[in-house]
Amino acid sequence: MGNSQTTAAQEARIERSMRNDRIATGVLTAIVALVMAIVVSMVLYILAQGVGQLFQPGFLTEASRANGTEGGIAYQLFDSFYLLILTLIISLPISLGGAVFLVEYAPEGPITKIASTAIETLSSLPSIVVGMFGFLMFSVNFGWGYSLISGAIALTMFNIPILTRVIQQALEDVPSSQRDACLAMGLTRWETTLHVLIPAAMPAIVTGVVLSAGRVFGEAAALLFTSGMSSPARLNFLSLNFASPTCAWNIFRPGESLAVHIYKIYGEGSPEAQHIVWGTAALLMICVLLFNVLSRIAGKALARRMTAE
Amino acid sequence: MTTETDQFLKSVDSSERGPRVTGVAISDEVMLETKDVNVYYGDHHALHDTSLAFHKDEITALIGPSGCGKSTFLRSLNLMNREIKGCRVTGEILYDGHNINTKTENLYELRKSIGMVFQQPNPFHKSIRENITFAPKRHGVRDKAVLDQMVEESLRGAALWDEVKDKLDKSAFALSGGQQQRLCIARTLAMKPDVILFDEPCSALDPISTLAIEDLMLSLAKDRAIIIVTHNMEQASRVSNRTAFFYMGDMVEYGETEQIFQRPKDKRLNDYLTGMFS
Ligand SMILES: Nc1ncnc2c1ncn2[C@@H]1O[C@H](COP(=O)(O)OP(=O)(O)OP(=O)(O)O)[C@@H](O)[C@H]1O
Ligand SMILES: [Mg+2]
Repeated sequence: MGNSQTTAAQEARIERSMRNDRIATGVLTAIVALVMAIVVSMVLYILAQGVGQLFQPGFLTEASRANGTEGGIAYQLFDSFYLLILTLIISLPISLGGAVFLVEYAPEGPITKIASTAIETLSSLPSIVVGMFGFLMFSVNFGWGYSLISGAIALTMFNIPILTRVIQQALEDVPSSQRDACLAMGLTRWETTLHVLIPAAMPAIVTGVVLSAGRVFGEAAALLFTSGMSSPARLNFLSLNFASPTCAWNIFRPGESLAVHIYKIYGEGSPEAQHIVWGTAALLMICVLLFNVLSRIAGKALARRMTAE
Repeated sequence: MTTETDQFLKSVDSSERGPRVTGVAISDEVMLETKDVNVYYGDHHALHDTSLAFHKDEITALIGPSGCGKSTFLRSLNLMNREIKGCRVTGEILYDGHNINTKTENLYELRKSIGMVFQQPNPFHKSIRENITFAPKRHGVRDKAVLDQMVEESLRGAALWDEVKDKLDKSAFALSGGQQQRLCIARTLAMKPDVILFDEPCSALDPISTLAIEDLMLSLAKDRAIIIVTHNMEQASRVSNRTAFFYMGDMVEYGETEQIFQRPKDKRLNDYLTGMFS
């Protein structure tokens, strides 16, 4: 009698926990589905609005005219990539050095803590504030005006924390047995880092760098005051006179990224230029998605090359 | 006549297989010695006053329950403890007639002479050949012929040559665990060490690979001192000449392997051997 009662109670409990489990699964699935739906519909909407424009003759190959309301976005596309490359050229060595120092050299204690806090703070600074600082420091103080280099340095300031973190993580994830093996054969810490740890961490580093490139590529706020809101009307890609304001490679000329271009034209509210805004947005989004895909492919391919065969 | 043949066979045998004699001491030439070595991790005093001598041509086994300080002691011998933040080693470690536990000791030269093989096979993400030539190249060997010879010699020394001679440029990760471990030994041999430290080198391997590594250790002991940490009591008695028993940071008993296993003096050692704790 008492026995069957406990069984009944147990069954009720099992029943209850199974029901809770079902409800939880249902709710979580619904949340994920909602998020997915929002992302997918946003991407589809932007593509639907903008992809047509990408195939308009000249949109990707011509300079913009009439303050961006006519013509193409070739220069903005070029400037975006050029800014990205400049940013990586500055930020990658610094981040690599910082990460190697923090992981391999810094003694446990205050130095590491302070550095980590500084990096965290830098990464949480609003990009508009970084842009203002860049403007005051480089454009005004250094007299560089609106220039690609000011923009690249502003971008560097929030790219460094991201990259340092990624590289730090990648180095920490290399099994310590690799480090031990090197040191036990009489190699120095530096040789160990350079020849074993960095190569072993390379897949993760590449993935991180390309992902961060996606973020830098889409940045607008930090560039408004630094690289400026317009590209020169005419750019000469063949010119090697780096001081000339029309030389495409001149880092002291102003430039405009795709994201800033969207901000500018959309902000001006010219209804006849809406198709350019959507086209630019679609292009920007496709580029960033490509960065994400590319980072995954590159990381995987590198990892395979290193472990397989 | 027969004694001469015997003598000859014996010399061939021992040159190829190292000391056939295990279980008892066979040499009194000390290669490496510690005097009152203490190790601290921060405030934690992990190893107390350990004095031991390691002899040329011999294999010494370090045994004891988990956490008793075997690895800690082993890592002091090639100063690897210096790579651990907060770790401090006091006392004397005598190698080649001088104390190496000093600030001025050249770590990088020292570790060529005192090699180390780890618990998990840890080849580099490089080809088999590069795994061996990597460190010698960094130490300044440039001549390709010399390097090639080094690769062959080391791989032969580690009884791996026949298995890999046709795929030297393949990734080391394509090898089996046992082969990887022998590659790690080969890579250590390329540095021509006088002493090789093994920290549980077989604990990640299958029984057959384990026997292969044991055979190898016996052959490597010639002209060297070998020190092996192991949890495998049969292994210790199969390969070693002398054994030291550690317990909770103390070196409790040291002697010829036969004596340690057959006639332990300390009660803790006796308990350990009879499986009272592990
Ligand atoms: N890197 C380290 N930092 C702090 N404490 C450590 C470190 N390595 C070992 N210890 C401590 O030192 C003591 C001895 O550890 P050790 O690794 O030498 O033991 P062991 O005899 O090798 O054990 P096992 O058989 O499990 O490998 C333990 O109390 C351990 O917690
Ligand atoms: Mg250990």
